[in-house]
Amino acid sequence: MDQNVKVVEVKTKRQITVDYMYRFIVPVVFVVLCGIGYNLSGLQSTFVLNEVIIRLARNSFLVISLIIPVIAGMGLNFGIVLGAMAGQIALIFVTDNSFGGLGGVLIAFLVSTPLAIIFGYLVGQVLNRAKGKEMITSMILGYFANGVYQLVFLMLAGTIIPFKTEKLILSTGMGVRNSIDLIAVRQSLDNIWKIRPMQGLAIPMVTIIVIGFLCLALTFFLRTKLGQEMRTVGQNMHIAEVSGINVDKTRIIAIIISTVLAAWGQIIFLQNIGTLNTYGSHEQVGLFAVASLLIGGASVTKATYGQALLGTFLFHMLFIISPMAGQNLMGDSQIGEFFRVFVAYGVIGLALLLHAWQRKGKK
Amino acid sequence: MDGFKNFIEKVGYPRLIIGGFLLVLCISAAMLSIPIPGLISDILIRIGMNGILVLAMVPAIQAGVGLNFALPLGVVCGLIGALISIEYKLAGFTGLFVAFAVAIPIAAIVGYFYGQMLNKMKGQEMTVGTYVGFSVVSGMCIFWLLAPFKSPELIWAVGGSGLRVTVSLESSIDKVLNRFLSFRFAGIQVPTGLLLFFALCCLIVWLFNKSKNGVIMNAAGSNERFASATGINVNRQRILGVILSTILGAVGIIVFSQSFGFLQLYNAPLFSAMPAVAAVLIGGASIRKVKISHVVIGTFLFQALLVVALPVLNTLADGSMSEVIRAIVQNGIILYALTRKTGGDLA
Repeated sequence: MDQNVKVVEVKTKRQITVDYMYRFIVPVVFVVLCGIGYNLSGLQSTFVLNEVIIRLARNSFLVISLIIPVIAGMGLNFGIVLGAMAGQIALIFVTDNSFGGLGGVLIAFLVSTPLAIIFGYLVGQVLNRAKGKEMITSMILGYFANGVYQLVFLMLAGTIIPFKTEKLILSTGMGVRNSIDLIAVRQSLDNIWKIRPMQGLAIPMVTIIVIGFLCLALTFFLRTKLGQEMRTVGQNMHIAEVSGINVDKTRIIAIIISTVLAAWGQIIFLQNIGTLNTYGSHEQVGLFAVASLLIGGASVTKATYGQALLGTFLFHMLFIISPMAGQNLMGDSQIGEFFRVFVAYGVIGLALLLHAWQRKGKK
Repeated sequence: MDGFKNFIEKVGYPRLIIGGFLLVLCISAAMLSIPIPGLISDILIRIGMNGILVLAMVPAIQAGVGLNFALPLGVVCGLIGALISIEYKLAGFTGLFVAFAVAIPIAAIVGYFYGQMLNKMKGQEMTVGTYVGFSVVSGMCIFWLLAPFKSPELIWAVGGSGLRVTVSLESSIDKVLNRFLSFRFAGIQVPTGLLLFFALCCLIVWLFNKSKNGVIMNAAGSNERFASATGINVNRQRILGVILSTILGAVGIIVFSQSFGFLQLYNAPLFSAMPAVAAVLIGGASIRKVKISHVVIGTFLFQALLVVALPVLNTLADGSMSEVIRAIVQNGIILYALTRKTGGDLA
């Protein structure tokens, strides 16, 4: 029998129950963890709520950028690190030319887009040569690109690449400083419209609206011909090919979209933080975004906006409460720190394991 | 022209590129009057230090599990063995052998359970392995903080609880292998014991590959369906490969640390798999095929590159250029291997 012929699967009641369990086990574990941690931390509810809202606003865009490649069957795109690099390069450019305020942020978006498109195209080409191994390949590609990034900004900046602002360059005349103050654009997006419903609570409405708009835009995109083709490619590459879809091209486009969104997401993130760590801000982007998405209940082959937002909420809730919980529980806040890093890595390993297990069970 | 093309295919792009680059660096070093004997000494030491960690890649690849990105699992087991040796104030070869004796069974157990885990998910071993390795290293950070060690050499000097980030081996197993039968020749210090131990490990792995168990494991890794049809229990062979790989990782980090002079705890093991993976790939291995010669050649080329690059580039240019080059070479070679057409799914 042709393996590609789709046979409608009649699931037993037990199998349906197991499927549901798999889907919700990670989010449920995290809800419990956050609940316990919250009680142990002794932090004030207003403080926690405010922190969570801030982090949702600045991190959600990056997490959502992972969704398109998942739908296109390319797994979790650890290569969004390259998109983050594009965003940072744009912010360095903006700072060097003294652009500030909302205009500066918009210019950063404009400058980062072509860079992200180029990076995304290259990532897509590499991943097309590594079908079946996309996740490990995109992760290594992130490390490789980091090496090139450091080569450019440690060696070429100030020498081959001229800079207008002297204080951006190290005193040796070569290499960009470790830390760049983004005071000119700091919270330019957040501050357009802030609602303060109560003492100690500030909600950046424009940033949240931007995220809502992104969800809406992607929803419409996935209903276009190209979006449907991505779904088809994600479900079965062979059938997609037979149907006349250019699989390789579709995959490249999916990665380009993801990388561009990651670049914009990094700009949103950094304008909130206000400081750019030249050699460090982009490094953990892929890890944290992927962990957030998986915590929300997404898998390697299926992801939704709801899962992205829920995961971001739970993940960063854990980040906020775990140092104090560790302090109160064991007298050492460092244990809380290590625990949350352990969780970030562990949830990815666990989710990948559960997914592979589930997929194997269906054969 | 065909001859030239055959030569390239036989040697392989990784070796050619790295070898060529290394040659350029060596010529530059000579022109810049950098003392060559010192460089050669460093290269020999580095080969011994890192060789066994690279060798740990062999059983995993042969068993069909692919590159062992979960090497940190073995590294953590090795660190535990070394710590116990220090806690009881054992020094010299006694300390070294006790460290091995403690680390190896722990590594075998850990490797067994990790192998069981991998068997539940064929096809994504390398990605899951990476994150299992990461999460175990992070989880062990908590253990290092809480572990009930009391030796003043191990715990924080102030506060008196939790292990130090870096533990000196000066009074225990520092340079035990390096100094064994060591001699100086034409200005080159040869760490004979270290190199002999590496050679011994290679010999053991090679002999295992020739044994019945080794041949069976290779068959299981080469073609799963054929092996199953022949009556081989593929899952068991994969577990065996992972166990051997983890054990070699544990032994490798102990040898590395005694040569380096320090144990590095907490987040240090996080990326310990990357240089080992890069080295074996530079030597000509792929994610499905590997020989002992790939380990030796790859370790030599990679470590020689790192040794020679540092002084040459520091003379020619300022800053941390050599670290950047290491990152690019290391990850570039892994990327190359992952994108090669080798047939079959394995990630």
